[in-house]
Amino acid sequence: MPETPDSDLDFTPEVSAETDIARLGHSSPPPAHEQTADEDADVVDWGRVAAMDEFKALVKAKAAFVVPATLFFVVYYFALPVLVGWFPELMEKRVGPVNLAYLFALSQFFMAWGVAFVYLRQASKFDDRQNAIIAKLDLAKGGKSK
Amino acid sequence: MNFLLAAAATNPPAAAGFQFTPALGMFLSFVLVTLGITYWSARKSTGASNYFAAGRGITAWQNGLAVAGDYMSAASFLGIAGMIAFKGYDGFMYSVGWLVAYLTVLLVVAEPLRNAGKYTMADVLAYRLSPRPVRAMASLSTLTVSTFYMIAQMVGAGALVKLLLPGVGYEAAVAGVGVLMIVYVVFGGMLATTWVQIIKAILLMSGSLFLSVLVLKHFDYSFAKFFEAVGKVPVAGPDGTIVHKDFLKPGLIFGLEVTKGWGPIDLISLGLALVFGTAGLPHVLVRFYTVPDAKTARLSVVWAMAIIGAFYIMTTFLGFGAATILTPANISVENMSAPLLAKALGGEIFFAFISAVAFATILAVVAGLTISASTSFAHDFYTNVLHHGRERGPGEEVRVARIAAFVVGAVAIFLAIKLQTINVAFLVGLAFAVAASANLPVIVLSLFWKRFNTSGACWGLGIGLLGSIALIVLSPSVMDPSGKGLINAVPWFPLKNPGIVSIPLGFLAAWLGTILSTDTTSQLKYDELTVRANTGLGAEKATAH
Repeated sequence: MPETPDSDLDFTPEVSAETDIARLGHSSPPPAHEQTADEDADVVDWGRVAAMDEFKALVKAKAAFVVPATLFFVVYYFALPVLVGWFPELMEKRVGPVNLAYLFALSQFFMAWGVAFVYLRQASKFDDRQNAIIAKLDLAKGGKSK
Repeated sequence: MNFLLAAAATNPPAAAGFQFTPALGMFLSFVLVTLGITYWSARKSTGASNYFAAGRGITAWQNGLAVAGDYMSAASFLGIAGMIAFKGYDGFMYSVGWLVAYLTVLLVVAEPLRNAGKYTMADVLAYRLSPRPVRAMASLSTLTVSTFYMIAQMVGAGALVKLLLPGVGYEAAVAGVGVLMIVYVVFGGMLATTWVQIIKAILLMSGSLFLSVLVLKHFDYSFAKFFEAVGKVPVAGPDGTIVHKDFLKPGLIFGLEVTKGWGPIDLISLGLALVFGTAGLPHVLVRFYTVPDAKTARLSVVWAMAIIGAFYIMTTFLGFGAATILTPANISVENMSAPLLAKALGGEIFFAFISAVAFATILAVVAGLTISASTSFAHDFYTNVLHHGRERGPGEEVRVARIAAFVVGAVAIFLAIKLQTINVAFLVGLAFAVAASANLPVIVLSLFWKRFNTSGACWGLGIGLLGSIALIVLSPSVMDPSGKGLINAVPWFPLKNPGIVSIPLGFLAAWLGTILSTDTTSQLKYDELTVRANTGLGAEKATAH
């Protein structure tokens, strides 16, 4: 059985925690996969990235997609309770085997999938721009951000 | 899944009492498989990022299934099917909101959260705000949401198991569910929880798909015939005679006449809580820390949307199928609509399978709630608030989380047994309202409003939380003059869902708290947070295995 060291007498530094909260007793930086966001803090000059024209344009482009897309789905979704609640006669109109209320509710699913699909395509363009920004930074401690 | 069926088929159906029924056989098979997974996970769940975030190694489709499994509760599976079976179209309106809500998750929170956070929602808030007060408030709100939601699930579980497995009492059912969820979380951590959720999602989807096909087969695979039958469902009229009702017609739950004019507003209020609350539910948010990067988080939301959407469309067949094939008069309890439909169309074995699915559904959801609550307690409150972000020894945070999971589970078992006779359905609405009114405003403002500060976050979380609770207590869900609620009195607030008032209140408090404070230190790190959230620079990596 290994001896349990008495913490009051044992002056060797504490072994690093298995978790990534406190890493005591190591002078070298932990390997990339063990680094926490805090340890990465000085890796990138955040202010410099934030001031880059490419970065500002990326944030703007994201907002230009996300804000209208959010407004669209919120309006489309809340049209359902409004129409069904206050205009039941309109919504009870028969369309084929079902009625307008059911069709409109069903259409919400396809609306949601549609917005998600369009966003996926848009987001892959954002990914490319993001990678271009990271490539431009030419990080000294390579491998940080691929 | 096949082996589950095979295992149950070998057990002869029993006649009555506490004997070995197919349903019990399937319950036990599920329990055995999940315990096996827990054993396997326990050996891999060493270290904080493995325990709390499954090593961040979950793939997009796996996390998509797990999000679906985490999210689709017994309330949606049995509750919505039952509501459609008894009230028709208005029940289906519930289904819609549960999917559309994921657009907020996809467009607004999933990627920034993965990029800038670590284990909990508070990580993102603590970035540029003063960590201790903000984490304390966020942890309080997380524990509140999770506990309310959990009690609702456990009370439902007890009632359900009692119906599905005659002979097993309410207390035994609640204790069984509680002990299992504690075992999954304490020993298997996030990895075991994830796989329990994945298996549950696969079981739920296959069960619902098979049941939907059986319903369509009953109508010779003709949608026209199916909807024709939905157009004239026999229900008991006011004088006891049978009248035929068009179940596609809206208005049986939220109609202006049924609700004295408040129905549509209540429905909008519910919609607001769903659309803004899902993106603030702690147990959903923690799932995005289990994937390697923001892109995988994004893809996993889309996977989840495909699965969740397909499921909620199928509630039409489950609910209307029960309404037309069984008719409401032949269904004893509303929540039993789907299992009874399975019995009528697929026999005893399929009934057993659907019952086991319902059981798996509850377990997966409560396990997700337990781990999100215990993670928040250990990471936010214990380590960061009490000990200023330092562990005093190796593995302390995980050890505290395991103890917290045990305590949370024990408290939930105790409360669920105490609250047995009380209608706790409103607790689910309350969880969503708190998530939408307290959590979401501060997440959004801390990500997108530079001026936002600590005082704003504390006010937003505090008022959002208290406002939602106060409005629910004053609502018809709690105050009921007919004695069915907790308080026997005329409600002060007319709506069952407080979202339409409490969400603006949460945003307003966050804004007021911000502008009334002169604290500008939070602006210093805004650039850093924006760069992190938008580029993934410095984000938590997956652990190498």
